[in-house]
Amino acid sequence: MFRAVVRLSTSGVRSLARTRPCFSAPLASRCYSHAKVETDEEFDARWVTYFSKPDIDAWELKKGMNTLIGYDLVPEPKILDSALRACRRLNDLASAIRILEAVKDKSGPHKDIYPYLIQELQPTLTELGISTPEDLGMDKL
Amino acid sequence: MHDIKMLTSRALVRGLKSGFWRPLSSTSGVQVAHGKDMSFDVLDCSVPQYNNRLDTPLSDVPFVRNLNSEQKQLKEKENGPWTKLTKEEIIALYRLTYELTYPEMRRGSSEWKTVLGGVFIFLGFSGMLVWWQRIFVFGEVPHTLSDEWVEKQTQRMIDMRINPVGGFAYHWDYVKKQWK
Repeated sequence: MFRAVVRLSTSGVRSLARTRPCFSAPLASRCYSHAKVETDEEFDARWVTYFSKPDIDAWELKKGMNTLIGYDLVPEPKILDSALRACRRLNDLASAIRILEAVKDKSGPHKDIYPYLIQELQPTLTELGISTPEDLGMDKL
Repeated sequence: MHDIKMLTSRALVRGLKSGFWRPLSSTSGVQVAHGKDMSFDVLDCSVPQYNNRLDTPLSDVPFVRNLNSEQKQLKEKENGPWTKLTKEEIIALYRLTYELTYPEMRRGSSEWKTVLGGVFIFLGFSGMLVWWQRIFVFGEVPHTLSDEWVEKQTQRMIDMRINPVGGFAYHWDYVKKQWK
């Protein structure tokens, strides 16, 4: 009786295995998500467009900036440039300086990221008249 | 009777002391000394609040909401070209909107010194109590712990060959009559 049971159950298992699509073709299709992965350029372009909105309001700037800082990355200079220009449109110099402080903090132990960002943003900073926290002595306690 | 009276007064003193010490690390004076802002009594949690957070650079509301006239003038000047602002004005504008800079947010406090000091004081106090107890409460130890009793006891244990394989008498050399 047991042998019959085993025979039934093995055939049942075999048919089950045959109907599952994941195991039918070896290595051709894995059980990964089919979502499209956004490339770095698409990510940057999306954020530049977000901050470039001509009539951006203060809430949108705050929301965008706080979300961006929440990601596990330091934003590209072009995104920050767009954000700083949004601050200028909103007449908010304090937030512009705050953004610079935030990206410096975001770099963490990688001390060479922030000087690179400032170097890339220098034309924008001089054009808009934004002083860096170092100029104002606010990077020291 | 006398002992009970001494013990209750001790307990009373200890109770008073812990009642006195408990708010010490959280009084506003100590918190201001450690760098916290205690300028408000009750937070209105039904409206957006200002907060200093490293992961949220731009806060929901500016730090200073009610501007006096010269602050208002400064805000007007902010609407124009920023190149015309002096350094002091820029710093003032920043401080109007934000309470603490990032380095100030990251700065630690010296509260650990207060905590450690309090811990050591209590440990010392407990040590004092234990010492007093040793002198005034406990009587003499039993006579079986005196040196001569222990000597005789050890000799008896050696003669009885207590734990001859791995324990006590194993360590005694019966030939040389000394410890191995």
